[in-house]
Amino acid sequence: MSFPWAKEYKPNHPFMQWMDEKLPVPRLVYNAVGSGYPVPRNLNYFWNFGFLALICLTIQIVTGIIMAMHYAANTAVAFDTIEMTVRDVNWGWLMRYAHANGASAFFVVIYVHIFRGFYYGSYKAPREMVWLLGVVIFLLMMATGFLGYVLPWGQMSFWGAKVITGLFSAIPLVGEPLQQWLLGGFAPDNAALNRFFSLHYLLPFVIVGVVVLHIWALHIPGSSNPTGVEVKTESDTVPFYPYFVAKDGWAVGVFAILFSIMLFYFPNALGHPDNYIPANPMSTPAHIVPEWYFWPFYAILRAFTQDFFFIPAKLMGVMAMFGAILVWFFLPWLDKSPVRSGNYRPLYRKFFWFGLIPAMLVLFYCGGAPAAEPYVMISQIAALYYFAHFLIIIPVVSAIEKPLPLPYSITESVLGHDEGAQLRPAHGATEANLA
Amino acid sequence: MADEDGVRRRDFINIAAVSAAGVAGVGVVIPLVSQMSASADVLAASSTEVDISSIKPGQAIKAIFRKQPVFVRNLTPKEIAEANAVDAASLRDPQTLEERTKEGKENWLITMGVCTHLGCVPLGAGEGEAKGEFGGYFCPCHGSVYDTAARIRKGPAPKNLEVPAYEFTSDTVVKIG
Repeated sequence: MSFPWAKEYKPNHPFMQWMDEKLPVPRLVYNAVGSGYPVPRNLNYFWNFGFLALICLTIQIVTGIIMAMHYAANTAVAFDTIEMTVRDVNWGWLMRYAHANGASAFFVVIYVHIFRGFYYGSYKAPREMVWLLGVVIFLLMMATGFLGYVLPWGQMSFWGAKVITGLFSAIPLVGEPLQQWLLGGFAPDNAALNRFFSLHYLLPFVIVGVVVLHIWALHIPGSSNPTGVEVKTESDTVPFYPYFVAKDGWAVGVFAILFSIMLFYFPNALGHPDNYIPANPMSTPAHIVPEWYFWPFYAILRAFTQDFFFIPAKLMGVMAMFGAILVWFFLPWLDKSPVRSGNYRPLYRKFFWFGLIPAMLVLFYCGGAPAAEPYVMISQIAALYYFAHFLIIIPVVSAIEKPLPLPYSITESVLGHDEGAQLRPAHGATEANLA
Repeated sequence: MADEDGVRRRDFINIAAVSAAGVAGVGVVIPLVSQMSASADVLAASSTEVDISSIKPGQAIKAIFRKQPVFVRNLTPKEIAEANAVDAASLRDPQTLEERTKEGKENWLITMGVCTHLGCVPLGAGEGEAKGEFGGYFCPCHGSVYDTAARIRKGPAPKNLEVPAYEFTSDTVVKIG
């Protein structure tokens, strides 16, 4: 599961030796995030975001369990229990806003983590499984975020629940019975609120489980790195502890400062004023939007306004919205380039910075804008590019692109030379000498 | 211990045990899945009576049916004429006004106030609300526009606003559901 030069766990204290025989949890930790896990020496700051995501998940679970101590999932009192938590419970305001803004922070971190993967080709062999599990985690996060947003039972909560469960009614034949089954009624009500609370409490622990698998799958080939060149010798790596524990600790410090600024100075900046109005099934707010982290996908949902052959516009929109994430599952096989890192892929890099990123930002903006022109047309163009990027541009680019010469090893990319290199191929030698 | 057709006692026990476990598994899943469907008390609250005597032509009210809004609208002759002027066959969900109202009561348009796209409440039933470019209803969520017969004319919604089952119990009372 690791490189041959990984340090072996050798407990000194008799108790730790006894523990190692009976239940080797310290050994597991040592090999997973301790000195026993060698990591490429050239990781940049984008590699801190996995650890930051774990911190966010921890914040959400701790504050969430506390919120559940003061919350009641009943349509008559749910709204009031949140207000009571904020106003009357000791430090309740802190827990509530840490939980609400923690969700946003989690998504900021996870989007950077995902786009790091896009740029550096982290999804490629031998790390496909890491990527697939990561997409599963992202889907679980979206479900959890949606369920949690319903719980305060404000106007946005109610209409968000109605619109999102309405997505399922687009499915032919079984759509409406399915929606009624999900809600336990004809519209969101007490039954829906209760089950949403139950599932909102459950899913984070499912996420923890998939995160364990995600890290397990990662530690089989070991971490990727900004060159995309695989680890060859010991000089390419440093032990996770102390090197990356320290670096991740530094990243947590920066994150804590930014998160605190958000939490203490702008706690409602990412919320919607309408959600401070108790849910009213008789009146839809004039401008309903989901939380900001759903905007790009919400824009894709709304981009389909015309029937497409025999498929109704509504079903098209729903399929496109889910398809926008499901296409990520196929990415390891759509991108056939053997070069992982965008640093050595001039054409791919251009499409990343000038294609995918602007398209995502445009979709993001349009998803938060009203459902009117010109936003609908702009979303249609951006959605078209989005799918073309994954289904056409990436396969074509990976076929026609001439990548830049790769460094022989990680060590060479860092030091400019690699004295420990032994099996240097003949043609590689000339390139390295020139460099 | 194989008998004449080659079936051993073990094979039979194996198949019987796995089959029984399979049937038992399905039996356990049924209640686990079914408990999430609408419960009896939710299904029981499924009819409502509305007094329509105070609704003047051109006005509409929102009633509540199955915890969802119902639009009861008294159409003006002009609105009826507009609805009938459209060739129904050219519509996304082809229906005429007659098909969507009761005979002799064509001015009473009774529909669910639930957009067939994703379930928002369209505007147009309340005083001073935007009715959209076809004079019926306008859904602010994703821009679906309905005409004076509450038929879908523009935007992402696939169907006309649903007409619930209802009957006139007298000239001034409608029983919905």
